[in-house]
Amino acid sequence: MAACSVEELLAKAEEEEKEKLKSITVHKDLELEFDVGNLLAVDKNRIDSRDVKSAKKEDFLRALARDNTQLLINEVWKLPTERVDDAIVATLPEPTTPLPREKPPPKPKPPTKWEQFAKLKGIQKKKKTNLVWDETERVARNEYNKLKNIARAQKVKIPGLGLTPKEQQSKNELTKAVSVAKTSTASAGRFQDRLPKEKRVKNTGKKRKFEPLIGDFSNERQKQLELLKVLGSKKPKLDITKAVNKQMREEDREEAAAKRSKGAGKKGRKGNVPGKRKGKAGKAQGGKRRGKPGKR
Amino acid sequence: MLSTVGQCCMPWLFLLARNPKTKRSKRFLESRAPKLVEDGKSAMIMKGGNTSQLISNVLKDIYALKKPNAVLYKKKNITRPFEDSTSLEFFSKKTDCSLFLFGSHSKKRPDNLILGRLFDFHVLDMIELGIEKFSSLSDIKASKCPEGTKPMLLFAGEAFDTDNEHKRLKSLLIDFFRGPNVSAVRLAGLEHVLHFTSLDGKIYMRSYRSLLKKSGCRTPRIELEEIGPSLDLVLRRTHLASDDLYKLAHRKPKAKKKKNISHDAFGTKFGRVHMQKQDLSKLRTRKMKGLRKRKGRAAVGEQDGPAPKEARVAS
Repeated sequence: MAACSVEELLAKAEEEEKEKLKSITVHKDLELEFDVGNLLAVDKNRIDSRDVKSAKKEDFLRALARDNTQLLINEVWKLPTERVDDAIVATLPEPTTPLPREKPPPKPKPPTKWEQFAKLKGIQKKKKTNLVWDETERVARNEYNKLKNIARAQKVKIPGLGLTPKEQQSKNELTKAVSVAKTSTASAGRFQDRLPKEKRVKNTGKKRKFEPLIGDFSNERQKQLELLKVLGSKKPKLDITKAVNKQMREEDREEAAAKRSKGAGKKGRKGNVPGKRKGKAGKAQGGKRRGKPGKR
Repeated sequence: MLSTVGQCCMPWLFLLARNPKTKRSKRFLESRAPKLVEDGKSAMIMKGGNTSQLISNVLKDIYALKKPNAVLYKKKNITRPFEDSTSLEFFSKKTDCSLFLFGSHSKKRPDNLILGRLFDFHVLDMIELGIEKFSSLSDIKASKCPEGTKPMLLFAGEAFDTDNEHKRLKSLLIDFFRGPNVSAVRLAGLEHVLHFTSLDGKIYMRSYRSLLKKSGCRTPRIELEEIGPSLDLVLRRTHLASDDLYKLAHRKPKAKKKKNISHDAFGTKFGRVHMQKQDLSKLRTRKMKGLRKRKGRAAVGEQDGPAPKEARVAS
């Protein structure tokens, strides 16, 4: 044992290596056909029925299966691997065996009526610019926007259209037209009667609008500051309208009280003459209330 | 009236002909609609009018092999697929399955299995197989593979390469057992082996569990353990699709790939956004005392800024 030469050792190692490989190599006359994407192998070798008879059939089948599986496994282990969550995963190539589809491929969407027409006429979709060339100032102007701006500057409200002539009006259009007609009075339709079962027109009210979440914060800042100012100041905020109304009511009361006391002193009875007093009081009140300072 | 009664009986067909009214039904119809890249095929496994115990067991076992992508019909269906396939086509539409396994038993054809597939809800090919010997999953006492394991499919024997019917049978068996199309596989999960051997006019189907043993090198040595079901089959009648139809079913549509759009595992869409170059001179950074402009200088800068604009307006 001690006299082990280097050559012997090398030969031994080589043999060991061969033995290792032996356990996973399988000899076949014809190479197997692989479709690793489907984990499939086809063995085209002729099976000799004498071999089958000599061994037990089950054992023979198992041995054949083992050899073929070994070959397939060898092929799979050649694939590039990856480590995913403590598991080694081999990426499979695309399957090569042709197999029929389940359903025919999806058909393209049929063209719409407009698309058909456009094709017939050769109309192509293109981006339209709103800008119009202004000869005098030699700049591109957006005419439509300009008109809108003018309207906005003059505070002109463009009225909605009533009923436009058409072959058949839809229910929606009719209701819209009715609502437009109703509101086209001097009092903006305030005193218009409603028909029995007439429904309210939808989407006429104001829409809520929210401040943008990002962008210019100056408006929001101002609001917050104002609020803080009110909260922080010791003096209460003066509501002029409220104050004036209060003042006027007080004056009314005083006047009425003065009149009552005057009347009582004159005639010596409690003021319960309905016609006269009522009229006077109404007049006085009406006269004062006319100049309501709410809107200025 | 009659038509409404008909519609009540088969609401799915009724839906197919109409536009969906709810999101849910729309999703349902979309899942059934033809796709460019198809998902795996699912199978319906059903009994005929008469079945033996053996046939029921076979159907049950094959259902166990195919499980997540299969439907097992519990009741009998009195049809003969080779004579009239309309009822099969009806069931296929109902469950959206394009593979079927039909088991029946009669004096003329004892222990009969019909394996087939459909294309566009019409029978593409069917092959009738007689069972000669069967041992089920429960007969063999061994630990089994987990449900839904993608099997390794092995075919051995000359006939699978030379004989036309055997060739078609091979294609059918691959289609039936291959499971979903996957891009990657866990190496330790390669457990199940289905081996089909054609020998002396018979087809032997064997199912094994593979044991990965150490071999000394990277690739393991394989040992096999039979887990069942194992079947000895004989070929009986066949109904193969005409070449034209077979070709048509194999036609692959060209997938137009949209550029610069990808999806991750959760279906989130990723795209490339083209932005104009940002003007960093106007970037508002954190204000610090040291970096603050002096009052005099700032005023000069402001005057400088708008000056050229005014000039342009004037000209």
